[in-house]
Amino acid sequence: MQKIYIYKRFERFWHWVQASLIIFLALTGFEVHGAYKIFGFEKAVEFHRVASWMLIGLIIFAIFWHLTTGEWRQYIPTTKQLKEQVIYYLSGIFKGEHHPTEKTGLSKLNPLQRIVYLGFKLVLVPITIISGILYMLYKTFDQNNLIVIEDYPLSSIAFWHTLGAILLMIFLVVHVYMTTTGKTPTSNIKAMITGYEELNDEQEEGTVENDKNQETK
Amino acid sequence: MFNTKLRNILLVIVVIIISLIMVNVLHQEDHYNLKLEELRHKYALKEVPSVVHSKLPELQRVFKTPQEVTEACLSCHTETHKEVMASSHWNWERVAYVEGRGISSAGKKNVMNNFCLGTTSNQKSCAKCHIGYGMNDNQFDFNNARNVDCMVCHDNSDEYLKGASMAGYPDRTVNLEKVAQSVGAPKRSNCGSCHFFSGGGNNVKHGDLESAMLSCSREVDVHMGANGMNMDCVACHTAKNHQMLGKLYSVSTDNTNRSTCEQCHTSTPHLRDVINRHGSRVSCQACHIPVYAKVNSTKMAWRWSDAGKLKDGKPYEEDDSLGNHKYMSIKGSFTWARNVKPDYMWFNGTADQYLLGDTIQSVPVQMNTLHGSHNDRHSKIIPVKIHVGDQIYDKVYHRLVQPKLYGEAEGDSAFWKDFKWDEAAKAGMKTSGLPYSGQYGFVKTEMYWPVNHMVSPKSEAVGCAECHTRNNGRLAKLTGFYLPGRDQNKTLDFVGYWMFILALIAVFGHAIVRISMNIAKNKYEKQIINYDEDKPIG
Repeated sequence: MQKIYIYKRFERFWHWVQASLIIFLALTGFEVHGAYKIFGFEKAVEFHRVASWMLIGLIIFAIFWHLTTGEWRQYIPTTKQLKEQVIYYLSGIFKGEHHPTEKTGLSKLNPLQRIVYLGFKLVLVPITIISGILYMLYKTFDQNNLIVIEDYPLSSIAFWHTLGAILLMIFLVVHVYMTTTGKTPTSNIKAMITGYEELNDEQEEGTVENDKNQETK
Repeated sequence: MFNTKLRNILLVIVVIIISLIMVNVLHQEDHYNLKLEELRHKYALKEVPSVVHSKLPELQRVFKTPQEVTEACLSCHTETHKEVMASSHWNWERVAYVEGRGISSAGKKNVMNNFCLGTTSNQKSCAKCHIGYGMNDNQFDFNNARNVDCMVCHDNSDEYLKGASMAGYPDRTVNLEKVAQSVGAPKRSNCGSCHFFSGGGNNVKHGDLESAMLSCSREVDVHMGANGMNMDCVACHTAKNHQMLGKLYSVSTDNTNRSTCEQCHTSTPHLRDVINRHGSRVSCQACHIPVYAKVNSTKMAWRWSDAGKLKDGKPYEEDDSLGNHKYMSIKGSFTWARNVKPDYMWFNGTADQYLLGDTIQSVPVQMNTLHGSHNDRHSKIIPVKIHVGDQIYDKVYHRLVQPKLYGEAEGDSAFWKDFKWDEAAKAGMKTSGLPYSGQYGFVKTEMYWPVNHMVSPKSEAVGCAECHTRNNGRLAKLTGFYLPGRDQNKTLDFVGYWMFILALIAVFGHAIVRISMNIAKNKYEKQIINYDEDKPIG
């Protein structure tokens, strides 16, 4: 057993800011949708708009980070041991069995996580953000101060945006629960806060010493 | 080394950007709208007339007839009558292309309404609001410049008054010399003498134009308020060559020569873009006139079918608690309302009217049809006053009847004297040149009055949630398009809601099984330990 530096500083920052923005966007978004009243429609719209630009900005940074650090490779999907991973969550976990896949600094996502997170990044978030941008720019002004109206019906744009939001909320529920399935119920969350997690130490790279060296270089 | 530096720089940039955005979000000071300030400055300076008419020698004389005043006016303003006689104020009609009719002329001459019904055969009374003298019947000479009434619009002494049922002539008490010497640019009282009292009383027809606006507060009308900009009607309704800017769609048809908010305020008057964007499909009036008839009541319904009841053989009137006529033998029964929330309709600037002689197409009869729809990109949502009622129609020919209402004396077949619908209908239709079958009934009618005045201060403007709300919003009746906050995809919301609930149930179920299995395992382990501890003793 060894403490491994698994989540980098930007990664943690990105994760938690994105999480809070998505929760805040859901809170204001479903109010705009008419589900309940917290801030009042006008404030909810304004907050939603500001938070949405912040999320878009953050995601641009995150894409840059993934590409430059090569971390995007973590999300390459694989079917190897995917079935075992699913079976583990459906039965093995109750019997106290060990995870079928090993978490390492090089491969910190299990096959199920890889597929779900890739879907989150390539399908779910793009659907929500693109429909959101269309929603925001649905009616706009051109240079001559005239008004340009999209022919694409707002009801369809709203459909995709609402669908994305609902799926994101379902993701949120399942994701938060799944974080409790680590070594101890809080070990995964602690790792996402501190960056360090106790892992089996048979790996080549990513040990505390190595990482500290990298940091101070 | 380089990586760490880059990361730190990026982090700093992100933090700075976020804090800049947050400063903007949390900074709630009301910004200064320079556009509005420039307009305030422009209209604060009142024009000083370049001529004082009381000093002109041509007007230092006695006028025996109002026509002599007109001649005196024309002795200096030699060509002005041509401008006036080209206006709808004079002609009571406009020629326009109307969808479905072709080129047609519509105006007070031939348009019917559901108030006093129509002018034909009643000119002598209706001409109180014609800018001419001697409109006794439909033989009025529209080419005689001597009969142009300059004074009704230009009297600045508040002395001028047109006589009741005098074919447009001034009341006999009017001092023509004084009026002639005090002419100037039209004031509110000039416009209001007709436009406030149309329909036979204050605020009867419009609902947003009434005598309280002669002197009102900003809360009643932000432009005209005495404690505000104190603007006159003609500040917006400018009149180049005596052609007034602006029109009302009870008598107008095409989308030209309109007086708009945008002519001063531009199409992007707000500091917040999201509100400016609403302007593509929502009129300014829709949000900025939250209620109309703010001071005195306006007529909302007029049932002619109740007219003609007599007490001891004599006509009578009944008033409600606010002093509004509830019932009049000559006119029927009425409904009045004050502080009315407008109805809302799609409108693209073109309209059609029920013209005298038209066949009834649908019931309730649309006295005027405002064209527009949510899928017509030139349409905007406008506030309207809907005036409903019933009135006489020909059961055989299926057309509205123009009855003769006004008459000099009994036995003239006028309804207001004799109270006999049949004779009034016969006489009115004869004057109109239309056949009448002799079988009459009463048909329901609706008339749409766009609400454009009584603009409220911005603090009173309709709030977002008054329309963007699930139930009973102001736009609840306008359907067929997606309004955020009001509309939803019911299937998606239903399925989505249950999927979310199921996810929660699944997660909790999973957790409960995990925890209970864990407890069972722990107990089992404890038992083993106990057994081991007991062993040495046993």
